[in-house]
Amino acid sequence: MAPKTRTILICSGKGGVGKTTLTANLGIALARQGVRTVVLDADFGLRNLDLLLGLENRIVYTAQEVLEESCRLEQALVKHKQEPNLALLPAGNPRMLEWLKPDDMQRIVKMLAEQFDYVLIDCPAGVEDGFKNAASATEEAIVITTPEVSAVRDADRVIGLLNTQGVKPVQLVLNRVRPKMIANQEMLGIEDVTDILALPLLGIVLEDEQVIISTNRGEPLTLNDGNSPAAGCYSNIARRLQGENIPLIDPSKGGKGLGDKLRRLIQTKIF
Amino acid sequence: MTTLRDILNKLLGRQQSSASTARERLQLVLAHDRSDLSPELLEKMRKEIFEVVAKYVEIDIEEGAVSLETEDRMTALVANLPIKRPLPLEDESQA
Repeated sequence: MAPKTRTILICSGKGGVGKTTLTANLGIALARQGVRTVVLDADFGLRNLDLLLGLENRIVYTAQEVLEESCRLEQALVKHKQEPNLALLPAGNPRMLEWLKPDDMQRIVKMLAEQFDYVLIDCPAGVEDGFKNAASATEEAIVITTPEVSAVRDADRVIGLLNTQGVKPVQLVLNRVRPKMIANQEMLGIEDVTDILALPLLGIVLEDEQVIISTNRGEPLTLNDGNSPAAGCYSNIARRLQGENIPLIDPSKGGKGLGDKLRRLIQTKIF
Repeated sequence: MTTLRDILNKLLGRQQSSASTARERLQLVLAHDRSDLSPELLEKMRKEIFEVVAKYVEIDIEEGAVSLETEDRMTALVANLPIKRPLPLEDESQA
């Protein structure tokens, strides 16, 4: 028997924390590991996943036509040229938001689950219907946040809603981590965020200019074997998702010099 | 949570680190978000709790505090009411 398809919602509450970038990079990384992966853009209002994957010019049909049964699923799926194991189901017209129901999302995810090993859903920001429809159609979720108070607060709201909707497991990705700032106590640390949100950590992504450059080109970092800091982080997240035991290293706690040791000493939590 | 750096900063009269401030502010705001209690409702509850307790013991209202604390996604209502002395049970003696 083939292993069960995993349906994973990628959500954050707050906008602009890196949902779509994570979805694109994770999709490519999983595809490169040989699993059939589809990414579904559920952000119908403000779609962008096509752009990050460099597939914006190849869209003919979208999830909308599939739901209206005016095209077959295969016609709407856009296969990635370099990574044929990855397909995108593009978001439809923003007017879809007026009629889309949880049933519709469930129907489309079920269709995708028949053909793929992984269904990754790029969730819209917010905690309204767009989020709820998407959450109703998935089993698991990845909550992505950054070490900023507003992003962590919104992530907490989303985690509460995922719990009530029965989505599990819910895992955490901490994005835009700056080890130096954390070491200087000017940014929430990795443990701070995992403690506050009480979620298992699937991985961190280091702040990295290469992310912007790859977005400009529409070529996710995980597409190449480059050694940019964020690329390695995304691949590790994909491998952990696949069950590989990749240890999590807190980059703010590295360093063996006397200065690093002193810095660690004064950061020891006393009470 | 307090770190050695926070204590050093205090001794030197410096501002605490912004990460510590972020932690404290988040913990407070999340306790409210998770319990869905507005500050007004919490204040009303605090007053009523004080009134009930004040029937039995004399409490230090200045020092007393009712707050929300949160850990591992569990929110607790924590009341800290320093007792000055028990009140004489007047009602019973009259009965």
